[in-house]
Amino acid sequence: MDFTDEQIHRYSRHIILPEVGGKGQKKILNAKVLLVGAGGLGCPVGYYLAAAGVGTIGIVDSDTIELSNLQRQIAHNTERIGMNKAESAKLTFEALNTDVKVIPIKERLNKDNIMDIISQYDIVVDGSDNFPTRYLVNDACVLQGKPLVSGAILRFEGQVTTIIPKEGHCYRCLFEEPPPPGLVPSCQEAGVLGALPGVVGALQAMEVLKLILEQGEPLKNTLLIYNALQTEFRRVKIPRNPDCPVCGDNPTITELQDYEADYCQMRF
Amino acid sequence: MQDIRPDKSINIKGLVCPYTFVKSKLAIEEMAVGEVLEILLDYPEATRSIPKSMEDHGHRVLKVEKINDTDWIILVRKERE
Ligand SMILES: [Zn+2]
Repeated sequence: MDFTDEQIHRYSRHIILPEVGGKGQKKILNAKVLLVGAGGLGCPVGYYLAAAGVGTIGIVDSDTIELSNLQRQIAHNTERIGMNKAESAKLTFEALNTDVKVIPIKERLNKDNIMDIISQYDIVVDGSDNFPTRYLVNDACVLQGKPLVSGAILRFEGQVTTIIPKEGHCYRCLFEEPPPPGLVPSCQEAGVLGALPGVVGALQAMEVLKLILEQGEPLKNTLLIYNALQTEFRRVKIPRNPDCPVCGDNPTITELQDYEADYCQMRF
Repeated sequence: MQDIRPDKSINIKGLVCPYTFVKSKLAIEEMAVGEVLEILLDYPEATRSIPKSMEDHGHRVLKVEKINDTDWIILVRKERE
């Protein structure tokens, strides 16, 4: 495939980087990335991946846009209140870059549909807002050996980590089980300053592009913690746990389970 | 120096930075190590910036020559992938 003149202009700032070049840009154009959620994190991740020219972006989200989302979910807008978030993100990202094909998946992920969905992508990005989905996505990615770039936010703190199954840690190496619903912040406690998911989402997008380009060091075996109020980044080492129930040497989770629990339905 | 035969030639007259380098880089990426790329250009600034960037990328600039009132030729040998 040769670049069109339009592509040469659009991606010129990538192509002139020694670490990218035309070859790297072609890898980006051929990449298939799945976003879990088109909310606070999924919006900036998808925005940067679409701008970068990621050729296929799948977006899983069954929710519709509410006015209270717009303080941070930057791919949506006021006119689209009530529209499905994956559909709205498709409109925004395809308008930004005509090289990008966005596939909206207007479902909730569950143990019966996730394996099929993620098998069609190279990399999965978790921007979900709840623990059942987080563990479901982790387990499915480990079982399929699929790289997973995970992000989380709460109030003024963000976390990013990159899971390369078998090479590094997974989410369960860190926390074996989801926290009981009582320990999860309640709706009233779960505020977030709108720019925080922008910072975390941009870090996730950078991790995805590094994986596609095979450049630099992914955040494997590492949890990056961002404290917005102190403007502080901390790296915490997370070794792979040989006793991990899903990615350990003798795993007890060899197929997907039921993950639903009664959490607060507050959406990030 | 006179008898270097380029393996590939591109004409980027009319282009300005950074597209002069973008086009040159895309061309050299498609070539094999050891092959020589000839670049015909008319943007004076790029007669300095292309050789510098090519060397930063690890290639060898063999020649930068003004061939008439408006045009230059640059010869670059690809040294690495
Ligand atoms: Zn694990």
